Amino acid sequence: MTSTRTTVAPPPGPATPGKAAAEVRRLSLLNGVFELRAFIALAVLIIVFGLLSDSFLTVPNLITMTKHVAINGVIALGMLLVILKGGIDLSVGSIIGLSGVVAGELLQGLNLGFVDLIAYPPVWAVIVLCVAVGMLVGLVNGILVTRFKVAPFIATLGMLYVARGIALLISNGSTYPNLGGNPALGNTGFGLLGSGRPLGLPTSIWIMIVLAIAVMLLLSKSPFGRWLYATGGNERAAELSGVPIRRVKTAVYVISGACAAIAGLIIASELTSATPQAGETYELNAIAAVVIGGAALSGGRGTVRGTLVGAFVIGFLADGLVILGVSTFWQILIKGAVIILAVVLDQGQQRFQRRGAAVSAVVASKQPD
Amino acid sequence: MKASTHVLRACDVTKVYGGTHALRGVDFGVAPGRVTALFGENGAGKSTLMKILAGIEHPTTGHVELDGAPTELLSPRDAADQGISIIHQELSLCPNLSIQDNLFLAREISGGFGSIDRSAQRATTTAILRRLEENLDPDLLVGDLRLGQQQVVEIARALLQEARVLIMDEPTSALTAPEVEVLFRVIRELTASGVAVVYISHHLDEALEIADDVVVLRDGQLVATSNAAGVNIRWIVEQMVGRDQDSLFPDRVPVVGDELLTLRGLVVADPANPDRLAIDDLSLTVREGEIVGIYGLMGSGRTELLEALAGRIPPVSGEILLSGVPLEDSGIRDHIDQGVILVPGDRQRDGLVQTMSVGENLSLAGLGTFVRRLFVSRERERSAVERMISDVTVKTSGAGASIGSLSGGNQQKVVIGKALLTDPRVLLLDEPSRGVDVGAKADIFELMAAQARRGLAVVFTTSDAEEALHIPDRLLVLARGVVVGEFRRGEITREELMSVSDGAAIDTAGGDAR
Repeated sequence: MTSTRTTVAPPPGPATPGKAAAEVRRLSLLNGVFELRAFIALAVLIIVFGLLSDSFLTVPNLITMTKHVAINGVIALGMLLVILKGGIDLSVGSIIGLSGVVAGELLQGLNLGFVDLIAYPPVWAVIVLCVAVGMLVGLVNGILVTRFKVAPFIATLGMLYVARGIALLISNGSTYPNLGGNPALGNTGFGLLGSGRPLGLPTSIWIMIVLAIAVMLLLSKSPFGRWLYATGGNERAAELSGVPIRRVKTAVYVISGACAAIAGLIIASELTSATPQAGETYELNAIAAVVIGGAALSGGRGTVRGTLVGAFVIGFLADGLVILGVSTFWQILIKGAVIILAVVLDQGQQRFQRRGAAVSAVVASKQPD
Repeated sequence: MKASTHVLRACDVTKVYGGTHALRGVDFGVAPGRVTALFGENGAGKSTLMKILAGIEHPTTGHVELDGAPTELLSPRDAADQGISIIHQELSLCPNLSIQDNLFLAREISGGFGSIDRSAQRATTTAILRRLEENLDPDLLVGDLRLGQQQVVEIARALLQEARVLIMDEPTSALTAPEVEVLFRVIRELTASGVAVVYISHHLDEALEIADDVVVLRDGQLVATSNAAGVNIRWIVEQMVGRDQDSLFPDRVPVVGDELLTLRGLVVADPANPDRLAIDDLSLTVREGEIVGIYGLMGSGRTELLEALAGRIPPVSGEILLSGVPLEDSGIRDHIDQGVILVPGDRQRDGLVQTMSVGENLSLAGLGTFVRRLFVSRERERSAVERMISDVTVKTSGAGASIGSLSGGNQQKVVIGKALLTDPRVLLLDEPSRGVDVGAKADIFELMAAQARRGLAVVFTTSDAEEALHIPDRLLVLARGVVVGEFRRGEITREELMSVSDGAAIDTAGGDAR
């Protein structure tokens, strides 16, 4: 920083314009490097782990790790939308637990006491209902934030406990051990979500890819995406431009709830069992992925690409450290350091950008009219 | 420059925000015991220069001298410790704290054991308020005071610091004439005791009355300095505008059509204080092709009026009709769809999304018209945006440029362009020339005239008397939510306008005291 200052600070002499132009070039180069920092971090991780471990850079391991990434990736895509709005969703971990429990309850048979019947809904209906439950929790988040003006942090913190409590109440605190279904009842196939491998890749990876493309289209092509970036960037300006900010804000929580519910289904399916404790602290991993991917917690800035890279950085880092046999305690510490480093670098980039704009303006003004 | 006589001096100071030059190589000094009045149009750089002298902003190049020695004012606190205090244009008080807490914020009188000596603070507060002839309980919440009283508290806070240099940036924007008299008396007491005062006001006559020295800024450069005795308002305006004033205001013969916008008995509550009425029973008709100006000071209700028309604040009662049909009122989107859109006064806060590009900002309000099936059609959007960039003459490297790289005037043109892309019938502009350089200001007035020629009804607010007299076909003078005068262009002089506006302020202030 000191060098930047001294280059610009002295009174304008004959040498200044050339020097300042060089400064502009230097800053824009640095800016470019910073822009790619998440990719660079991922590349460094892959190279380092690849050198240190023979098993890291094998196709089966890469697929396994990507399968782990997919769960966080799916949650992070929903989280990205909430963060773009300038909010935060702490309830996603609990929605994962709730969604799994609801799936377990439905697959075991839903006791319709009033007509003395046990219903066994087909798997597709189970999936639809679980996603609907996630969206419902998201809707409550959205209504709390938009109608009752509760701060997103508090509203979703409350729903973190409420959703987890409901999951525990439904399951009575116990695990649903077998989600395989019964051929006689026509509700088998739930396990395919976790164990299926269409075209050689696990279903969860396909789900992440499809969702990523959908969110990318939503953000870059649809009016909703533009509204979302505007609302996160400057809510007042968006509102005065006629953007339906309440609907936009509610929608992102609903989508985030849906994404979390899908992640919950994947987890339950992979384990073919559902526990009400599933997904605890997953919200933090999702937030970390979004932030490492360059999104601003203040809203308005962030991309699908960055978020996915962020999810890969977190996932590959965790699995790589496990493969190397690094102790769990160190793993936790290193993850924290990476998150902080990502944000510090992001601040650095913001400064470079502002500095670059100011220096360019000085250069422009020094040019003869 | 006789540097030795200056207690505080900015030396060759340049300040750049984003891509915008706010100041270019300015030398500006203040002498003890004298009032230096700083003149300049909105956006000329007055506030930026004062912020640098008060340690709030740091110069991009150049430096500040205190008592002839170069110094670096690290923070407002640092500047205050060196005897420089500032009264801000925007009030910087905490509405949730009492008068005395605001006055002593971060300078609390210690009562020992980390406690605050409230009785000492209260006594000092009372004394200072009495000096300003404002009889207020020191324990009242600042948020409960009316705007003018809050401004007095802001002044009191600066006085409390017993500064050697006192900077007053628009200290009277919400004061009544008698309150201004009191302030002037206090200023004379201060200069008699050797304090250097910098005075900024858009009331030129008022500033000239109190000034010893006159300095004029234009487009970030210092263009004239003089002894106050040797100059008049006309000279100051010429220096400020930098060209024949008439060329700033387009000649126009309005061609008015049918009644377009009609207000009947509109009543609007103050959103910040729902017990107060911002607009009290206002009726108005604007015809197609007509430009109506609303002249009013801060707190006159001008912003609330436009925001009610734009659908941001639901009116308490009254009717808004468009071509005789009542406006369906369920929010901003509805109003835009029916052809009424607002260009807000504070473009940073309400007009622009800083994280988006020039093009994305332009298309935001009219985005619906570019949608093909589910998605925004890039081609349609790009062609409309590019056409608008040239229509409103935005100087930019392209639609993809970041909004922060534009100057204030060009940013304002983007906000206007955004409104025009919704194809409105009624264009509302809240202080469209605020913080805009002279060239852009002329462009913006020309734009407004062009829209009126196309048959739009244009309603704008201003606190600039010259603008009020020259731009609108019809001028309403607004004070405390009531129209106190209505004039056609050329019907009144500057002095008459001032007396109508000030007189109303005194009347209503008197009414308030009851």
